Parts: sequence; C-alpha cells; structure tokens
Amino acid sequence: MEKIDVVIVGGGLSGLACAYMLAEEDMQVIVVERGDFSGSKNVTGGRLYLEPIRELAGNMFEDAPFERKVVREKWSLLGEGNSIGIDFTGDKFRQEAHSYTILRAHFDRWLANKLMEKGVFVIPKYRVDSLLWEGENVAGIKAGTEEIYANIVVAADGALSFMAEQAGLKPKMKPKGYAVGIKEVIELPEEKINDRFNVDKDEGCAHLFVGDVTKGLFGGGFLYTNKETISLGIVIGIRALMEKSPTIEAHTLIDSFKERYEIKRLIEGGTLAEYSAHIIPESGYNGISKLYGNNILVTGDAAGFALNMGVTVRGMEFAIASGIIAAETIIKAKASGDYSAKTLSYYENRLKESFVLKDLYNNRQMSDFLDNDDFFSYYPNLFPALVEKAMWFGREPKEKLSKTIWEGLKNSGALSMKGLKTLYGMKKI
Amino acid sequence: MKVDEKLALDAFKADKESHIKIRHDICRSKCKAKYCLCICPGHLYKYDEAADEITVEYAGCLECGTCRVACIEGAIDWTYPRGEFGVQYRLG
Repeated sequence: MEKIDVVIVGGGLSGLACAYMLAEEDMQVIVVERGDFSGSKNVTGGRLYLEPIRELAGNMFEDAPFERKVVREKWSLLGEGNSIGIDFTGDKFRQEAHSYTILRAHFDRWLANKLMEKGVFVIPKYRVDSLLWEGENVAGIKAGTEEIYANIVVAADGALSFMAEQAGLKPKMKPKGYAVGIKEVIELPEEKINDRFNVDKDEGCAHLFVGDVTKGLFGGGFLYTNKETISLGIVIGIRALMEKSPTIEAHTLIDSFKERYEIKRLIEGGTLAEYSAHIIPESGYNGISKLYGNNILVTGDAAGFALNMGVTVRGMEFAIASGIIAAETIIKAKASGDYSAKTLSYYENRLKESFVLKDLYNNRQMSDFLDNDDFFSYYPNLFPALVEKAMWFGREPKEKLSKTIWEGLKNSGALSMKGLKTLYGMKKI
Repeated sequence: MKVDEKLALDAFKADKESHIKIRHDICRSKCKAKYCLCICPGHLYKYDEAADEITVEYAGCLECGTCRVACIEGAIDWTYPRGEFGVQYRLG
C-alpha cells in the first residue's frame, strides 16, 4: 500500500514542532489531532522557556502569540498562617527574550495554522485508536475507520501516550511517577494585572508556592500572569494524595489556595473563565520511556520529558526540542531509506547532546530528593515562623536576633541528625 | 464556587457513550480505598450505595488522566473520548 513519509499522533507542541521542521524539507506529513483544533486538549501552567530552544527552533516562534514576558520570578513558602517569599527581577530578564507565559489553546492553534499555510495537514477531530503493524515494525495508524500508512509514526500524544504504550515503549504508569495539575484561568483587566504584579505592559510574573497550598503533600501552587488573565493552580503528587489520611478531595485544594491572604487580593474582582486539569510526569530522567522502536519515535510529554526542580518546572521547551530533533532523525532516516530502531537510535544520541537529556540527566536525583515530606510541610512552616519571631515585638524584652534564629532552628529540629542529613543531601541536586 | 459550577464554564461536547468504563466486579472485590472518589479534579466519581457501584459523570471529564493512574486495581478502563467529543479548552 501507499505510504506517506510521516504521521504524527498529537498536534501539541512536540508534534507541531516536528512537523514544522519536516515541512521545511518538503516531506509528506500528516498530524492527527483529537481536539477541535490544536491546543483544545492541552493544559499548561504555564510558561515556556524560549532561550534553550532559540537555536534549534530558528524562526518558528516569530510572531508567536505569547502572553507576557516573565520579568519577575517569585517563590513563596506558605506556612499555615504565614509565609515568606523571594521576589526576583533583573535587567537581564527584561532585556532578553528568556521566557514567556502562554495559553495553549491560543498558542498551539497559532502554530498549527502556520503549519497549514506551509502545506502540512493538521487533521483535527480524529482520535488515533491504534498503531498499524507490519510484523515487528510500526506501519501507520488507525483512527476510527481511517487508516494512514507511513514510514514512521511519531508518538506525540502527551503524558498519557497510548501510542508509546501500545508500541511497548512506555512502562505502566504508576501513581508515584505523576502529579496532577489543576488550574483556573481568571480574567482581570490588563492594567490591574500590571499594577498588582508591579510589571509593565507585556511583562509578567511567575510565582511558585510550596507548603500549606498542598496541605504539606508533594507539590505546590503556581501563578502566571497572562495579558488579560491569570493562570492560578496547584500541582499535587498522585501517590501523595492517595496516601493522605484523612483524605483530601483534590478539587478543594485550589479553593483553599484562593482563600489565602497572599492570593485573595491578587485575584479580587476577577472572573473565572476556565477550569482545567492534566497529569504531569514527575519522575524526571528516571521516568523517561524508551524513545524509539522500529518506525516509531516518542517525543515530549509522551516520552516523559518534564523536569520539576522545586523552584522551576519545565516541560514545553523539552517537547519542542524533542520534536525538532525527531524531525532531524526522520530526515536522516529518509535519506538512508532505513527506519529501523538502529537508525532511529540517532534520536536518543542527539537528545543526549542537547539540553533535553543533559538537563534531565544532571538533575536525575531531583525526584528522589523531592520525595521528602519535609520540603512540603516542615520547612514551609519553619522559615516563616522564624521570620515571624524576629519581626514580632511583644511585651517581653527582645532577645538578640542571632539567639532567636539559633534557638528557633535548634528547637525545630532543623539541626538534628535528620535535618542535617537533608541539608547534606542537597549537594546531590 | 462549587466544582460543578466551574465545570459549567468549560466547553464540552458529550458523546452518547462513556469513554470511561468501570469494572464494578473489581471495585467490589478488590478495591477498598476508592481513590477515584477524592482524586478527580472534576469530582465526577460518586459511590451509589444502593447499587454498591461507582458511577462517573463522564460528560464533565477534563481528560486529565488522574483516575487512570490512581486506579491501581485496574477497574477504570479509560480512553480518550472519540474525536469531536469531550472537553474543548478555549484558553488551556
């Protein structure tokens, strides 16, 4: 039967980036997207780091519908009734195009439209049900009654990747390896956002929260400013939530987060526009699937390319970079006329040379390190409490500041064997 | 705002048939924890005491996949909704 060059399952960022590069080489590409349009099934926090992919992506993101350039980075430890935070801004962040907040239903749709102008078919409203096989080799996809035969299939179908699973490349998903992100997009006038977050027009703020936001469980809160909306949400470890006793209903966490003094005034008067959720791979390097097989490559979230470093969370630039590197691999495979796993191993080698597998590998101990409840309950209570002690003047005479801090640390157990072991463990990350 | 009011703000196109199949025999014989009841961001899973059955309002599914990961007994047979159906995010 007739085969096209490439069929890409999933019109998200990795699939579209892959198709974009293939289109430059005049290859026959079809992208199959199950939503009404690209981006309609996607959820991000979210922010895209552009700097790491600038060279790889070339002019792909010229005129992209970014929301705001992030110039203010905030990070807070939330205690039960207090909090402390870091508020960073820098000229470098304002001058360079480092990272941007985005909304996927706008962003992915824009990229898909750009592709269609280049003559690539992005077919919406089709769910790919299964892979087609020729013996041991993947030979295409089946979507409803439609069959598309192709020399290579790209599994770009997200964190739940049914394609990678069917191809035997992805191990069974376990609760420990995933978190769920739950997000609200809240409308606010542009001017109000500028004022409340102390940023200029088109500039934005990214704010992560750890501690009481997840009731001490693995995860955190996030807030990203878009042009005329705020993306506010929580991320929580699925296993942590399952093991919690008494149980917490996941959907209530975002409500108590919004009730916090630190958040309430920031979103006051805002109108909820959308409620969304998605799982996130949380195992970092150790959770990556097999990346290739005969006539198949796995990209983006489908491969598990996501990295939580506690103070930053990344995924989309890995998705885009892996899609582009997949395209390079496919171009090379086509030139040799060989799409076997052996040829496609080039994909993994190239990823190892790129920031994708380098960053994931360098931080491979991060997920084990963060698998420690102290980071989500003990420290977020300890540090705000210390500051509270130092700042509060009561009727009693005030002790020396150093004594207040020393006693506070000592009494909290931070200087115990266990506390010091955690500190020592930080060198691994 | 209650979670069902939040879901009402989203755009959904409901298929006639559910994309989530629950194997009640497994729920009854193997599962004590019933993680699905608290873990779903849409709060769509309920326990019907009279029928001793877990039910799911699939039409409000955000397609996040959490239940698929959390149902370690394998009672939830979860696929994506067919093309054209399910949640359609306008912001994402």
